Amino acid sequence: MTLSAPALSIHDSPTQRAVAAPNTAAIKLTVEALHKSYGDHEVLKGVSLQARKGDVISLIGASGSGKSTFLRCINFLEQPDAGSITLDEQTIEMRQGRAGARAPHPAQLQNLRTRLAMVFQHFNLWSHMTVLENICLAPRRVLGVSAQEAEARARAYLDKVGLPSRAADQYPAFLSGGQQQRVAIARALAMEPEIILFDEPTSALDPELVGEVLKVIQTLAEEGRTMLMVTHEMGFARQVSSQVLFLHQGRVEEQGSAEILDQPQSDRLRQFLSNRLK
Amino acid sequence: MNDFLHSTGLQALSLQGFGPLLAQGTWMTLKLALLSLLLSLALGLVGASAKLSSLRLLRLPATLYTTLIRSVPDLVLILLIFYTLQLWLNDFTELLGWGYFEIDPFTAGVMTLGFIYGAYFTENFRGAILSVPAGQLEAATAYGLSRVQRFRLVLFPQLMRFALPGLGNNWLVLLKSTALVSIIGLADLVKAAQNAGKTTNNTLYFLIIAALVYLVITSLSNRLLKKLERRYNTGIKGLTS
Repeated sequence: MTLSAPALSIHDSPTQRAVAAPNTAAIKLTVEALHKSYGDHEVLKGVSLQARKGDVISLIGASGSGKSTFLRCINFLEQPDAGSITLDEQTIEMRQGRAGARAPHPAQLQNLRTRLAMVFQHFNLWSHMTVLENICLAPRRVLGVSAQEAEARARAYLDKVGLPSRAADQYPAFLSGGQQQRVAIARALAMEPEIILFDEPTSALDPELVGEVLKVIQTLAEEGRTMLMVTHEMGFARQVSSQVLFLHQGRVEEQGSAEILDQPQSDRLRQFLSNRLK
Repeated sequence: MNDFLHSTGLQALSLQGFGPLLAQGTWMTLKLALLSLLLSLALGLVGASAKLSSLRLLRLPATLYTTLIRSVPDLVLILLIFYTLQLWLNDFTELLGWGYFEIDPFTAGVMTLGFIYGAYFTENFRGAILSVPAGQLEAATAYGLSRVQRFRLVLFPQLMRFALPGLGNNWLVLLKSTALVSIIGLADLVKAAQNAGKTTNNTLYFLIIAALVYLVITSLSNRLLKKLERRYNTGIKGLTS
């Protein structure tokens, strides 16, 4: 069982979670039948997903099930071989790129990346920049926000993720893993993104640091932010998700509200959950 | 110049009257070394990018370049490039019906040394680029930074940390290789020392002077390199102090 951080209530019994009314907001993101192979190995065999505004979608599954690859295909850190991605009714156009491979339309790709922010498993904070510089870089250079505005945003979001203002001038290597990941979340927030992608945000953390990061993510969920999250934290997924996708060998094996974690329909999900609880 | 040194009581600096000659030689060595360094750094960055490119069309010539240059002695290359460069240029200008155009030994020297050391710097930079954790560039990509921004703001400042020790090493080798270009007729420090030695029949003395000048230049470079290393190590735990 990977649950930790006993100080927090987020892992408490599922009955505490208010049963959310079905989300009827506008569809924000549609991912249709993504395929991805590495050589002969097909990692994604047609995975689809639909996120409405305010949805928190958890992607779960064993390692090698393709969940991280799927998330990374959404902002084209990996190039999907087939399938489509539609953000606010605009489908990213695919064309013949360099070396003959399919590549997304450059301007549309750029637009997509400014609207989706990503939080990585290993934080990936730029190690030669201070915390403040890390948070300000993309808003300034990509969005063209003024220096003062970027700094104001950075300080506000640092505060929001619970870091003291003196952390702003530190270099990432001098912070704990939990602090680094919270800086990474502040960096994502500073882009004021429409969707945040979390790629196993707590998997690289020491168990005692997991709670502080989950707490921040939970706050974001409560604010109604749209989030896609690859996670191994089942208790947390049950707590915050409006939708859960269980991936198995590159396919969506089971999908539904967070209740499927309590009443799995498929044998594979049942087996997966019981293995994790052992 | 010699009179001036005598009149100011600085006879020792005139080095039996050859001080100014040696100073000119030192200046020539420095000019050669620094200009070749600039050229080879530029070639190194381009070469490394080409070698790491996904396009075979770029990888192939870059690999050919580093393999060939690094497997032939510098002296052979200097002679080869110096003589063939002039011959090619002659053919070229003849073909276009232009007049004879001579490459002066200095330009030839800089181009030759820059071309040779570009190959070593290519390997230097290639190793450094590979040492930068992939996640650093991935984050830059995911946040929408352009290709140029990714290089300038993330990759370059980080690769320098890995490149500097090797760059410093290659710079010292390059500096000393400038002595080889005296054979194509450049009056560098070694040439000046030899001339002074022949005239005064005191070659050993002047060679020791030349060696000391090289030592001064390399010591100063080492200091500068230390500073640069400290600068590019900011943010690295256990290395900054």
